[in-house]
Amino acid sequence: MPRAATLLRIAAIGLLVGFLAAPQRFAPLFAPLTQYGAPPIYDQGNLLSLALAHLGTVFIAAAASTLVAVGLAILVTRASGAQFLSLSRTLANIGQTFPPVAVLAVAVPLVGFGQTPTLIALFAYGLLPIFENTVAGFQGCPPAVIEAANGMGMSARQRLLAVELPLAMPLILEGVRLSLVINVGTATIGSTVAAKGLGEVIIAGLLSNNTAFVLQGGLLTGLMAILLYDAMVMLERRLLRTVPA
Amino acid sequence: MISIEALTKQYGAMRVVDEVSMSIESGSITVIVGTSGSGKSTLLRMINRLVEPTSGRVLIDGNDTASMPAHLLRRRIGYAIQSNGLFPHRTVAENIATVPRLLGWEKARIAARVEELLRVFQLDPVACGSKFPHQLSGGEQQRVGVARALAAEPALLLMDEPFGALDPVIRSKAQDDLLDIQRRFGTTIVLVTHDMDEAFRLGDRVAVMRQGRVLQHDRPGVLLTRPADPFVTRLSGTADRALKLLSLTTAGELAEPGPRESRTVAAGASLREVLSDLIWSGAEAATVLNPDGTSAGRVSLARLLAHGRQS
Repeated sequence: MPRAATLLRIAAIGLLVGFLAAPQRFAPLFAPLTQYGAPPIYDQGNLLSLALAHLGTVFIAAAASTLVAVGLAILVTRASGAQFLSLSRTLANIGQTFPPVAVLAVAVPLVGFGQTPTLIALFAYGLLPIFENTVAGFQGCPPAVIEAANGMGMSARQRLLAVELPLAMPLILEGVRLSLVINVGTATIGSTVAAKGLGEVIIAGLLSNNTAFVLQGGLLTGLMAILLYDAMVMLERRLLRTVPA
Repeated sequence: MISIEALTKQYGAMRVVDEVSMSIESGSITVIVGTSGSGKSTLLRMINRLVEPTSGRVLIDGNDTASMPAHLLRRRIGYAIQSNGLFPHRTVAENIATVPRLLGWEKARIAARVEELLRVFQLDPVACGSKFPHQLSGGEQQRVGVARALAAEPALLLMDEPFGALDPVIRSKAQDDLLDIQRRFGTTIVLVTHDMDEAFRLGDRVAVMRQGRVLQHDRPGVLLTRPADPFVTRLSGTADRALKLLSLTTAGELAEPGPRESRTVAAGASLREVLSDLIWSGAEAATVLNPDGTSAGRVSLARLLAHGRQS
């Protein structure tokens, strides 16, 4: 099975890179989906630069979410911050419950059109999985291990860095992965407020009734999400090779 | 020497430890025994300040433990617990090196110490050192836990039910090993248990706790023959107390000059074992042999029985 997985992975990477490098080569495939001689491949912008901008937005938002969510989770799992746990949980939940489209609608009047409102929406949307997973990771540290760390004479900081973070790392990374993958898809709506990204292709297709555009925008986004998920799983395994399950 | 002075821990209206005072001699094993909720673990954890006392103080060699930051104090005191608390993401060698690393020892010194401890605890330094805790058996994990507690050569070792999770055979071996190691390093040990047999077997002194107070703190033999409280009698059990008393003395200690017997026993054997041997073999007396094979004298059945009598 690992062989099949590797082949599938190579095929997916090949497809993504091939399409982005030379989209016109796939024109015959998409041509049957167009009507009245409309272009089968998106021609109002460079697909490669759109894909890179899309990924860039997702990564910046995920980095910010990770920083804030992990920081917050550390704070509320200390004895001094325990009283803020339910408040932080509520905040992270609101971030997830509030639809990103609504966040965009609120953000645009405040910060204008472009990438910034999209970053805000993705940041808020990605907080919850990372926050909840990090809290669960800390709370899952065996009490005897924490007791031993204290008994050995570790300071609170040493205990956090040397014991709690490494033990919580599998769950933290899983949270980051979830958040990343959700946001690859969610980032497409950023194009409604003029953020550069693959959503542009989908929206152009919807406006001009061009199914080929919608499909290639969706396919590229999907491929990136799958490959990102896959890459994160591999990264997790690599980083955590020394940590027993 | 450790002096515990009027040590008290209060949670709300509840006094978990109630004005406990005791002194612990350097190089001895003191066992604190009591039922659950007696405050014995809290008392132990106040010595290394994992629990901060409400009032009272602890002096180690005359220095008040409250005079230094708690985490620095703990680096100088060994601490081993029941579920051993090994760090699952670190190898056995890294686990043992924890406190020396915190203290900033040189790498070579740490490596040498880790290897020495693995050998002392009968763990193969090559095969075991690079393993992760989950790859070890329960008995091995427990030994690594004690080795880690002893890594920085602490003069004092605190143990909270260290053998509680082991099966009887491994536990008995672990207790023997602990006695050996205590003799070897001369460490002062304070150990908490709910098992009176373990207390009698390991303790130079045994402190019996109930409801936050120490009822009696004395040599095991005194607890048997002159219990200060009915609870002490109850906890040590009355059905086999004569045999318990015998088990506290070795044949070598009781041997007296006399004719050579055909039956022989080792000087290190407990009187309880000697009695059993005499009953089994039908002999009236046995010659006590030193480890080098020379005679240390003899013990007779009559002398054994007299020794087990309440005096």
